[in-house]
Amino acid sequence: MATTTAIPPRKVNRIGLEPAAYKGNKSTLCAGCGHNAISERIIEAFYEMGVEPHRVAKLSGIGCSSKTPAYFLRSTHGFNAVHGRMPSVATGTLLANRTMIAIGVSGDGDTASIGIGQFVHLMRRNLPLIYIIEDNGCYGLTKGQFSATADLGSTLKNGVVNDLPPIDTCALAIELGATYVARSFSGDKKQLLALLEGAIGHRGTAMLDVISPCVTFNDHEGSTKSYSYVKDHEEPLGDISFVPYFEDINVDYDPGTTTEVTLHDGSHLLLKKLAREYDPTNKVEALRALTESHDQGEVVTGLFYIKTGQPNFLDLLNVVDEPLATLPEARVRPPKRVLDEVMESLK
Amino acid sequence: MATTQLTATEAQGLPERERLVNDLSIQVATVNGSGSTSSNMVLLRALFQMGIPISGKNLFPSNIEGLPTWFTIRASKHGWIARRKEIDFLVVMNPETSEEDVRGLDPGAACVYDEKLDVKRFRDDLVFYPVPFDKLAAAVCPDAKLRKLVRNMIYVGVVARLLEIDMAEVEKAVRQQFKKKVKAAELNYKAVLAGYEFTAKNLEKRDPFFVERMNANQGKILIDGNSAAALGCMMAGVTVVTWYPITPSSSLCETLITYMKRYRMDPETGKATFAIVQAEDELAAIGMVIGAGWAGARAMTSTAGPGISLMSEFVGLGYYAEVPGVIFDIQRVGPSTGLPTRTAQGDILSTALLSHGDTKHPLLFPSSVDECYSMAMEAFDLAEGFQTPVFVMSDLDLGMNFWMSAPFAYPDKPISRGKVLDAADLERLGSFQRYHDVDGDGVGYRTLPGNAHPAAGYFTRGSGHDERAIYSEKPEVYTHNIDRLQHKFETLRKAVPGPVIEGEGEGLGLLAYGTSHWAVIESRDQLGKEFGVAADYCRVRAFPFSDEVTAFVRRHRRVYVVEQNRDAQLAGLLRLSLTGDDIGRLRSVLHYDGLPIDARSITEAVMSQEVGN
Repeated sequence: MATTTAIPPRKVNRIGLEPAAYKGNKSTLCAGCGHNAISERIIEAFYEMGVEPHRVAKLSGIGCSSKTPAYFLRSTHGFNAVHGRMPSVATGTLLANRTMIAIGVSGDGDTASIGIGQFVHLMRRNLPLIYIIEDNGCYGLTKGQFSATADLGSTLKNGVVNDLPPIDTCALAIELGATYVARSFSGDKKQLLALLEGAIGHRGTAMLDVISPCVTFNDHEGSTKSYSYVKDHEEPLGDISFVPYFEDINVDYDPGTTTEVTLHDGSHLLLKKLAREYDPTNKVEALRALTESHDQGEVVTGLFYIKTGQPNFLDLLNVVDEPLATLPEARVRPPKRVLDEVMESLK
Repeated sequence: MATTQLTATEAQGLPERERLVNDLSIQVATVNGSGSTSSNMVLLRALFQMGIPISGKNLFPSNIEGLPTWFTIRASKHGWIARRKEIDFLVVMNPETSEEDVRGLDPGAACVYDEKLDVKRFRDDLVFYPVPFDKLAAAVCPDAKLRKLVRNMIYVGVVARLLEIDMAEVEKAVRQQFKKKVKAAELNYKAVLAGYEFTAKNLEKRDPFFVERMNANQGKILIDGNSAAALGCMMAGVTVVTWYPITPSSSLCETLITYMKRYRMDPETGKATFAIVQAEDELAAIGMVIGAGWAGARAMTSTAGPGISLMSEFVGLGYYAEVPGVIFDIQRVGPSTGLPTRTAQGDILSTALLSHGDTKHPLLFPSSVDECYSMAMEAFDLAEGFQTPVFVMSDLDLGMNFWMSAPFAYPDKPISRGKVLDAADLERLGSFQRYHDVDGDGVGYRTLPGNAHPAAGYFTRGSGHDERAIYSEKPEVYTHNIDRLQHKFETLRKAVPGPVIEGEGEGLGLLAYGTSHWAVIESRDQLGKEFGVAADYCRVRAFPFSDEVTAFVRRHRRVYVVEQNRDAQLAGLLRLSLTGDDIGRLRSVLHYDGLPIDARSITEAVMSQEVGN
């Protein structure tokens, strides 16, 4: 029998692209930074969903987190804007071209302090944007000062205690009208990937607060955003799995144990109950779960809230389906008779 | 006249030589929120329809109801439409300012006043016309709530009768003012007639001011600068508009919304070929412009000084990352909140150099409503052509007041979208470098998000970057890039609208921009006729300054730079473009009291400095 050398099958996704097509430049963040793990999950999510990289726009503000769009989807257009103002740049981008899938990466300082104004209004508008907060409770790039998501009583490396309560960006997002709100942990690969894939399938603001430890300035004892603290205190709301629209659901589950959510693009999120009953379509329940988690010192993760079918900002603006950016002159410059009509009315 | 039995004029007693025809300024002093804008617009329109060159300026408070407000109308057979300081004909309706208003008049002026104010006691050298407004209003309007608004329409009739304004034109103006509100038009015209008839029966014409039909306004339109700019934006093909309300710019975007909803809905789908967003603040408004401009839209915002200050950081990003966008600055008086409803040219220097680091931006200076319209289109072409934020520096006087103009011309050239590579271009080229100066003009090629070619993507950033848009802190890379931006600005210098120069002398020159133009042309006339001084004139239309501007300065012994700010801001910018002795040729004429500049002030300021020369 002749021996044949088997060529290992090339690993490609459903549109024939290799994982390398979704990678970015080499990260310049610290080794072990939670942000790098999040970038890897973003790469996986777009690869597995088979999204063409050119259909994506990457946006960010300023800070360690905001550098990361350079570390995924290399061939995609990206925009590293100004501190705390990524929401407005993302809004403008989507106004110009509503066919893009926009992903914005921010940090806890970029969102909850300098950018809280734009964050609040972004959530209110339900702009179809995947908004990720890479949340480490501190300002890494300026060497570790507290941010506004640092928990009460959490300490800095030099022992300084945080004596102000944190801003819970998830609670705020739910309150303000975001339609897909989750918290995850950079170390929880499976959950984070499912939440990211779900966010890609959603048409509205998907706000993901991802606890992402800063290994250099906020990973010590006394910090509530350290790897060990989050590992010890993470309480998932449920077990979450994602079934893309191009695959059939082939998991069996007992009725009553799992909530199935159909997303805009036809994908599904399967939310399997763990210890507690939880309805992710109930705003009040979501806010209660978040408040209780603070009281109990737990880091509750998972999909807190989802509302599908809600018109997003671009729907409300009633803009044409094609990108406004490239509409031809005939569609954007009215004919001479229009100007004549206006001139006549002013005589 | 419409009411023929009232045509007999009491003016018959005055010798013909004393009749001053079609050359007067009217001021109406009222209380904000009393409906006086409608009355004043009716007066303005009626005079306009009679073919007399006019201008109307609303000198209003930052208030919705209760504070004093003035409206001045100038009618000039010579076509001078700048504000005139001297008032010939005053209408006193506001008790709070009545004494001040009357005391401010020159001897011989006429004064219509609410009889209960008894302003006659303040002066004995004016022509007074007392009118019982309350009594007349009560007779016309039984509804006490409406009476306040109708009351002001009565003075329109009084003034019309005294000046001999054609009542047919007044009636037409009333109908135009109230458009579809037919009942309101009826009631208001009734009030006009009540004033007219009262005057005819009870007041003897004793002042010399009259108006007569002319034919100077044939085919002309009447429009405010903000509406003109809005029209220009629509014709420029704007697709993304983001704004935050601020006086005096709000009406630009509000009018634009009206026009776009009417004329820019896709006929097949009924959907909008535009997106207009009222942002949460000016930071977000400019951020959306930058995001939209980056993604390829024709994007704009409109604001005033405080908004410009807030936009500073994003504008620097736009300059450095090279993102197009158009920003209208309808200037008002600063610093800080300043006088929000008064006019100035006070943002020139800060806007030209807006943001930290080495930044500078092109500014366009419209002088007229026609330029508000045409420069809106030029601004978009320049912004996309040079991939940078472009400012249109209007002001409150231009933006919010009504101006006569020839009808605007339909654009004679297609929209120019600048250097954008699509997927087919990249297929041909193989690759591109975002910030590489291929053509030697300092302007690189860009691709838009959504371009399917694998080489299209690049990473835009406000941090240091090389020609491929990749992060770099290397000294030579930084210098190379920032020098290219300087080179781009030099290319821009040749592309922006050049100055309009009148006169070929070498002695005295006037240099001005924006709304100062109207006072300057009248002042040139005064300088010539009254002092025998011939002054050339350079009207600057953009920054960076074209070579013709600096050449104008070099050619003249003395150049008076006329501007509406304290710090001689444009002269300061001009100094940066001049060398050695040429700087010494500059003098300044500065006007900064919040009111539109007038010719007499310029003439006096020039002559007082000329005496020393």
